[in-house]
Amino acid sequence: MEILKQIAQCLEAGDDAGVTPLVRQALEDGIIAKTVLDEGLIAGMNTVGEKFRVHEIFLPDVLLAAKAMYAGMDVLKPLLISAGVSSRGRVVIGSVQGDLHDIGKNLVGIMLKGAGFEVIDLGNDVAASTFVATAKKHDARVIGMSALLTTTMPVMKEVVDLLKKENLGGRIKTIIGGAPVSQNYAGEIGADAYGYDCAQAVAGVKKLAAAVQ
Amino acid sequence: MIGVPIARLQPQPAAVYAALGLKSGSLPSARAAALLERALELFQAGSEPLGACEPVSTEEFSEIYSGRGLNAAATPLAGIFPRADRLYLFAFTLGKEISEEIKRLFAAEDFALGSVLDAVASLAADNAGRIAEEWAEGRAAGQENDAGSRALLYSPGYCGWHISGQEKLFARLRPHRIGIRLNASYLMNPLKSISGVLVAGPAAIHRFSDSYPFCIHCKSPTCRERGMARSA
Repeated sequence: MEILKQIAQCLEAGDDAGVTPLVRQALEDGIIAKTVLDEGLIAGMNTVGEKFRVHEIFLPDVLLAAKAMYAGMDVLKPLLISAGVSSRGRVVIGSVQGDLHDIGKNLVGIMLKGAGFEVIDLGNDVAASTFVATAKKHDARVIGMSALLTTTMPVMKEVVDLLKKENLGGRIKTIIGGAPVSQNYAGEIGADAYGYDCAQAVAGVKKLAAAVQ
Repeated sequence: MIGVPIARLQPQPAAVYAALGLKSGSLPSARAAALLERALELFQAGSEPLGACEPVSTEEFSEIYSGRGLNAAATPLAGIFPRADRLYLFAFTLGKEISEEIKRLFAAEDFALGSVLDAVASLAADNAGRIAEEWAEGRAAGQENDAGSRALLYSPGYCGWHISGQEKLFARLRPHRIGIRLNASYLMNPLKSISGVLVAGPAAIHRFSDSYPFCIHCKSPTCRERGMARSA
């Protein structure tokens, strides 16, 4: 449908003012909210994510698109809720205890929402027990942790160990990221995935969430 | 207390774009360029840069560095600072307003401008560290060292110096005078602040093997370039 392509293109261009009327128009045309979401907004964000992954665009362009995504979601959300359409799953994110740096974590959160996840952002300086308790309480599928300081990385292991101790490792997956963190470190502490950047983090969460469905 | 002109702190556009992931040789979109222009306006309007710096003896710093006894068993700085000619405790902040503005932009879902302003502010804080290093280097070179002198800033939270080291550093330097406070996890508020010790001395003292356990996972090993003399 042409209007869904227009929504996706408008979103790719980061035109938040343009997305809203197009989404309304699509609904007036009789297209259901879930289709507008999947084939308009998420399709557009997927293209943006791929362009970002291959360095065709850079971060500000992605965030302009994310804002456009949010503008479209503001229109769709009440309809999706009343139709009982569920998100792709809940993800708990935060910067680990001892770390106040949260810009990277915020960006991952924005892109996860853009990918259709429900994100519970615990902010920064988050204790291991808080990550796990929140994930349990909200039935989250994935915990995403960020650290910028080498001295705070061990908190990530505390979360992984706590999940194992409570036999939750199969139900709640973990992904880690941040400047001092690596794929090797993820393997070393038993985290389920590692995200080098926002795009990789979102791709990792998608895989993990699908694995626990 | 040291005032630092905003113009000296403001990062170059290319540095901001690189920090935001623009591939080398690529040009930003017109919208991204407009975002940077706006972010620089906000940076100039909202920054209140202030620094604090005080000399400290090797013995005093040894006590500060020991912190709460949580440092890694072996750290580069433990081998570097005893060989320094001069040590200065240092803290710097861009002030409360710029950090608040970044939060406001994200809360208002203006993610793109928020992230560009965040990058500008982070690079400006880094620039403040470099300005301090040049100042300390100049003092060392002007007094008893030659052009091979090098001053570098080392900060708690990095390279095995546990973040709890902030406690004693702050007790001695008292950066609350310039508006920086520590929270219970020893993190600085305002966020766009830096702290640490300026270690001035022969360039060779800053060179170290990157075989420490925490180096294995480090993806931003600037220590190599940092350890090179500026004149090299």
